[in-house]
Amino acid sequence: ANFADGTIASLPDQASRMALNAPADMDGMFIAAAQADEVPADAKLGLGREALAEEIAVWDIDVRPDGTGLPEGSGDVMTGEEIFVESCAVCHGDFGEGVGRWPVLTGGFNSLTKDRPVKTTGSYWPYLSTVYDYINRAMPFGNAQSLQPDDVYAITAYLLYMNDLVDEDFTLSRENFAGVEMPNAEGFYMDDRAETEIPVFTGEPCMEACKDTVEITMRAAVLDVTPDETAAAEAAADTAEDEAAAPESEAAPDAAPASESDGHAAIDPALVEAGEKVFKKCKACHQIGDGAKNRTGPQLNNVVGREVAAVDGFKYSKTLDAMEGVWDEEALSAFLANPKAYAKGTRMSFAGLRKPEDLAAIIAYMKAAGQ
Amino acid sequence: AGDPAITQIQPWMQELGDGVDVAPYGKPSEYEDQVIRRTVEWLTADPVSSINFTPLHDLDGIITPNGLCFERHHGGAAHIDPAEHRLMINGLVDTPLVFTMEDIMRFPRENHVYFLECAANSGMEWRGAQLNGCQFTHGMIHNVMYTGVPLRLLLNEAGIKSEGKWILPEGADAAAMTRSIPMEKALDDCLVAFKMNGEALRVEQGYPLRLVVPGWEGNMWIKWLRRIEVGDKPWHHREETSKYTDLFPDGKARRFTWEMDAKSVITSPSPQAPITHGPGPLVIKGLAWSGRGTIPRVDVTIDGGKTWAQARMSGPSLDKSMHAFYLDIKWDGQPLYLQSRAHDSTGYVQPTKQALREIRGVNSIYHNNGIQTWYVNEQGVAENVEVS
Repeated sequence: ANFADGTIASLPDQASRMALNAPADMDGMFIAAAQADEVPADAKLGLGREALAEEIAVWDIDVRPDGTGLPEGSGDVMTGEEIFVESCAVCHGDFGEGVGRWPVLTGGFNSLTKDRPVKTTGSYWPYLSTVYDYINRAMPFGNAQSLQPDDVYAITAYLLYMNDLVDEDFTLSRENFAGVEMPNAEGFYMDDRAETEIPVFTGEPCMEACKDTVEITMRAAVLDVTPDETAAAEAAADTAEDEAAAPESEAAPDAAPASESDGHAAIDPALVEAGEKVFKKCKACHQIGDGAKNRTGPQLNNVVGREVAAVDGFKYSKTLDAMEGVWDEEALSAFLANPKAYAKGTRMSFAGLRKPEDLAAIIAYMKAAGQ
Repeated sequence: AGDPAITQIQPWMQELGDGVDVAPYGKPSEYEDQVIRRTVEWLTADPVSSINFTPLHDLDGIITPNGLCFERHHGGAAHIDPAEHRLMINGLVDTPLVFTMEDIMRFPRENHVYFLECAANSGMEWRGAQLNGCQFTHGMIHNVMYTGVPLRLLLNEAGIKSEGKWILPEGADAAAMTRSIPMEKALDDCLVAFKMNGEALRVEQGYPLRLVVPGWEGNMWIKWLRRIEVGDKPWHHREETSKYTDLFPDGKARRFTWEMDAKSVITSPSPQAPITHGPGPLVIKGLAWSGRGTIPRVDVTIDGGKTWAQARMSGPSLDKSMHAFYLDIKWDGQPLYLQSRAHDSTGYVQPTKQALREIRGVNSIYHNNGIQTWYVNEQGVAENVEVS
């Protein structure tokens, strides 16, 4: 006998029980008619609850070109520059010129018809409201929705200034916002494919003797920009071979006592796990573990016990460059609890970890993950 | 001597295999470990605001497995506890409402298979052949069955005021993604989905709740959906002005180019899927889709467009879904210049890249649905080329 025999044997029982339990009149229980393909369009079900005004106020932050949604507040160019240098320049550059592949925010005027257009807030964005809305909802990257309205007005004013659209004594506010005209406001038009393309691309195409010759005019291989997995795999294989070639005696079992003799206490796995969650706040800018690279922030391998500002190839703030000492647990805790207070001028735009247990957890995680 | 695969007893025949408790959530065979999403590192500044690509060359049929659906996010993939998730509907409605996930699950639901294509799919190919592999040239797409609540039911529950002509869906991720969508589309076929291919949405696809906007560019399918505002005008937010607008040679840009034009690609042979078996029977396989309907027909050429044959369509033909096509040929071992050309149910025929460039130039980034060419040499090696 196999399992199926048992299933079949119990079926009649189940079926009769289901029939017995069925209510005499089921019609009233159906929301939609049993035969209908779609649910009715106009039936309200009374689900959900009314949103409170104070809840809507917190979530409804969007701003429109006509200024709808702008909060009370104002900010001037000079204040904006201070905030920008501290919180934005690490990715966008001190003058909005863009670092690495992060977005360029300034310039690009008269480039839209060129071979390589530069689309910036100044050269391309049609509405200032979009600048305010986006900074307010998504910036600084990795610390979104941490800015106050005055800060957002100030950064927006500074971007206008860097794009030569206002003078250095300009103050942006809800009152004068709608008066700022963006250079490319008239640069957009509605999708017109229905008129300009669809008629051209409709109709029976050629099936036979459509052309005389076929020549290759361009090959992707010439550019050679496809990710090279073979090379990456070979590198990984080399590493694996090195590890395999290492004498048995150097393998894992001996490693634990060795690190204990270095004075490191055994790491609590639960704390490490908790720390991994806390580290999510850092991941936008920092990498840790195998192959960790410098990103917006330096890679964090062996950061616990590492000298301050010691990672090659990372451009630290003047503050950190000037600091002496090592990141021991005490120093790291103080820094991560309030980065701006511990190292005034640091480029790390992170508000800080308020809970002592988060600090302990993240340090445990960095120790474990960064070895 | 016979084939050792036959003449020798294989270990998997002799020894016992895994018990049913080995993998409570199953994984593909270990021999399929090359079938993965891949990224192109130089495309973006950082992996948290980036994209990866579906391995179309390794897949078949029309359904994309959940773990292989390409990812694109702008502030990382948010991990959200469904118990802490809320969906708010506010703005020009009779009663602003808040729903829990439990509330959402009590609305009548529907199942639909739809493709989701990033507007930038094939966007690196505007200036010419650049990436060797259909995963990279066409892999910003996936096709799954969604289970969700028709958006019109949720909007109706709040009561749309007569001046409400647009909606602004918003994500709960660190990008707080927003897009403006006209009310006509919102009431037509949009879904608020919580399942894909039968299971909960994957984290990277917006768990626990995402908007489904059939046939329209992927950026509008707001993930981690937490709020829908009803308004009388569009918002012109970052992703519909600075991004996802199509710049033309005259310096002006098309905006609100929502619909995805009909498109197709041969997924094998292709650069990542060369012919390894030599001359003889060869399966040419591909995918086609249109944001405006179904795909009744795909033409395939093996000589770079001198002559075309109609491919064989296989599998269900669903509105705004991927369609699978095949051309079964006897390969003579001579070079192939493979192309496919989709026809959609409106009569639109997929254009050549050159025909698109004549209208749009090469700087529009988005909506490149031009015909793709793979050159396959005598050894069966395929590469991405353009032909006269």
